[in-house]
Amino acid sequence: MKPALMTRRLAILAGFGGAGYLITNANRLTLSPGFAHVFRAVEDWTMMTQRALLYPERMAREFKPSDISPVFKANGTLNPNTPQYNAHAAQNFVNWKLTIGGMVNTPMTLSLTDIMHLPRRTQITKHDCVEGWTAIGMWTGVPLGLLLKAAGPRPGARYVVLHCADNLTGEPGKGGAQSPGQYYESIDFRDAFHPQTLIAYALNGKPLDVAHGAPLRLRVERQLGYKQAKYVERIELVESFADIAGGKGGYWEDRGYEWYAGI
Amino acid sequence: MSDPAVSPSWMDGVQIWAGRKWRAVWHPGGEIFYRHRALVRLTHWINALCILFLVGSGLNIFNAHPRLYWGQYGANTDAAFFSIGAFNTAQGPRGITQIGPWQFDTTGVLGWSKVHGVYQVRGWPDWITIPSFQDLADARHWHFLFAWLLVINGAAYLVHGLWVRHIQRDILPTRQDLRAIARSIWDHIRLRHPTGDAARRYNVLQKLAYLGVMLLLTLMVLTGLTMSPGFNAVFPPLLDLFGGRQSARSIHFISASLIVLFVIVHLAEVVLAGPINEIRSMLTGFYRVPQDHDR
Repeated sequence: MKPALMTRRLAILAGFGGAGYLITNANRLTLSPGFAHVFRAVEDWTMMTQRALLYPERMAREFKPSDISPVFKANGTLNPNTPQYNAHAAQNFVNWKLTIGGMVNTPMTLSLTDIMHLPRRTQITKHDCVEGWTAIGMWTGVPLGLLLKAAGPRPGARYVVLHCADNLTGEPGKGGAQSPGQYYESIDFRDAFHPQTLIAYALNGKPLDVAHGAPLRLRVERQLGYKQAKYVERIELVESFADIAGGKGGYWEDRGYEWYAGI
Repeated sequence: MSDPAVSPSWMDGVQIWAGRKWRAVWHPGGEIFYRHRALVRLTHWINALCILFLVGSGLNIFNAHPRLYWGQYGANTDAAFFSIGAFNTAQGPRGITQIGPWQFDTTGVLGWSKVHGVYQVRGWPDWITIPSFQDLADARHWHFLFAWLLVINGAAYLVHGLWVRHIQRDILPTRQDLRAIARSIWDHIRLRHPTGDAARRYNVLQKLAYLGVMLLLTLMVLTGLTMSPGFNAVFPPLLDLFGGRQSARSIHFISASLIVLFVIVHLAEVVLAGPINEIRSMLTGFYRVPQDHDR
């Protein structure tokens, strides 16, 4: 037997052995630290590809009023149901405050009325849940970029963290039930200053209801539903989110989901 | 490798080393010829592994929302043309699969099945999903890993196949092929496989099936991208092409089902046409031309 053929045969055997190992150990590998690096590399590569394709900044599609879903599905926390939140809800959120702080020159505290008097944008966009469903709705809010410009990011600030009023226990199927946690999300400046990125206060022409994130929620239209943080009460500019909660930049990110949720 | 070698090999035939390749061979059961190039063989097996993992992880992802819609939007209150669910009935919980106006009791497999011996609400059962436990985040990790591999592998196959004219010469059906399609269908119904010279080429149904599965895999990638809000902003025409994110998701699922159907027929044909000869040809490249007296 030729040595060349021998090595080729070995290569074939090794290939099939490797494939068989992958198939029979898929469950174990899913949770193994070694494979976490592989998945992480794929995630980074996917994000790099998306960010490159989205440059120069592209707009998410905006739909016609006739495309709006008859019922906009509410998901995740449907009511934060804390004493403080319930008190705000009872007063129609007139005393709700949005604070903007962290690495900014001018920390700010805005009331709902303040926010509603700022320039607004209305857009009909689709909300794509990571689970697979889609709802189309008309959002009205103030562009996040306007708020950030007013606050003045300090040099070195890279991420906008949205702190929320709800504590989500999540669903076991999505890796959430074991670990309740305060909901939060983060986006970088590219998305934060995108013209369609809003702090929204109205859905389909009506003030946001409790199930959809009253009184304020994020809209970051080129990413999946779990990035659209509801019940936003504090915006914090940071250089890194490694010290916040699980350190991955969001409630679901801390439970295995991608930080950049473009797909 | 200077001296020509003769190999009375494990393939049960005789090959000669002709410069770069093992070639022109004699075999007691029929002539052996070099049918599949190395790159075709390699990409075939990588593709098979990708499809296995993509289907398994795809079904786990599907379980996060086991309903299909048509159009731009679709969620629980919208009409689904396909759904898998579990319902409480007088006989206890049952798994119910709905296709259009029809409902089927699929308890034990779809909707309501055992995981570690305990029944639970679950779209597809644990023995078919990757990972077997229900977790959307983990399933997505596998899905994107193998989606990238599928795309890179598929691109390598296509570029090579077009470059060496393998696709144009061996896969695209000729006019003559298409005229003989009725004959080929009749041969397949009688499970008669070509012998002699005709067995050196793919028959017309085989060509159409391979071409079809290439188109389906392309469709998988495009509909997959259409489900991405990021890619929607990069290239919105795909949303129009497929009629919305939910239509794209449904086409993704239907195309995957057709690919699974292809794999089943493909494996059955391998068994029927002579599994050792067929599998060997996809491992070593060498295929023994079946003779008339084989049957």
